[in-house]
Amino acid sequence: MTVHELAAACGFEYYNGKDLDAREVGGAYCCDLLSWVIGRAEEDAALVTVMSNPNVMAVAVMADLPCVILSEGVRPDTLALEKAVQNEIIVLSSQEPTYETALKIHQALESKK
Amino acid sequence: MEPIILTFDVNGDDFSVAGEASSAVKKHLKQLGFPPDLIRRVAIAMYEGEINMVIHADGGVATAEINETGVKITLADRGPGIKDVNLAMQEGYSTAPEEVRNLGFGAGMGLPNIKKYSDDLKIETELGVGTTLTIQINM
Ligand SMILES: Nc1ncnc2c1ncn2[C@@H]1O[C@H](COP(=O)(O)OP(=O)(O)O)[C@@H](O)[C@H]1O
Ligand SMILES: [Mg+2]
Repeated sequence: MTVHELAAACGFEYYNGKDLDAREVGGAYCCDLLSWVIGRAEEDAALVTVMSNPNVMAVAVMADLPCVILSEGVRPDTLALEKAVQNEIIVLSSQEPTYETALKIHQALESKK
Repeated sequence: MEPIILTFDVNGDDFSVAGEASSAVKKHLKQLGFPPDLIRRVAIAMYEGEINMVIHADGGVATAEINETGVKITLADRGPGIKDVNLAMQEGYSTAPEEVRNLGFGAGMGLPNIKKYSDDLKIETELGVGTTLTIQINM
């Protein structure tokens, strides 16, 4: 399932990347500690986090993650958004907490199998 | 191929923009057509090292030496040095300040991550003089 299909299936809004080519998503990695993310997230994992600073985008770039999903309705700060635009990272918004967001992702991925 | 050497000054002032050197090396490797898996390992290891120079040592100099067998990354700083390298290598050990933790770093996973993603990691450090990491990542 591509990031765009996932966004549509889960009702996530876009902060960035509506028109970008979307990669495949195979799962999610939920964490706010960035060294855990960079060290442990699989390459096809959507990152679900409440962290909204530019370092999150840097981590998404370095670890080649297909998208960043900000849970709890958190908004990216200005610098973070700039970095996402520059580096062509798809950034999505979920109004729900991280757990519920991950559950939705799981259900969407399962229904596509 | 002729070895390519890229050198960057890593600014110690601004933690939020850290990662420019790693980003540039990543782009370079992509252009050279290196395999995605190698690029990812280089980017992760170098980014963690770059972040450490910014958080713990007020910046430094990063070098990437690229040849057909892989990439050698050198991160040299004139920061405080590391007192106990074995302790610093343990997952979860961190002396990072509160404001760094609030931004999602300082989980004490940086050096372990570098080790995990590299083929060889050498740490030379002297208290009050500085630290140099040499990271080898092979094809
Ligand atoms: N370049 C450096 N200069 C001085 N101390 C360092 C440097 N890199 C790492 N350290 C020390 O090693 C510890 C562990 O580093 P790391 O595993 O990257 O975790 P973190 O950066 O999250 O604290 C740091 O908290 C710090 O005390
Ligand atoms: Mg670190």
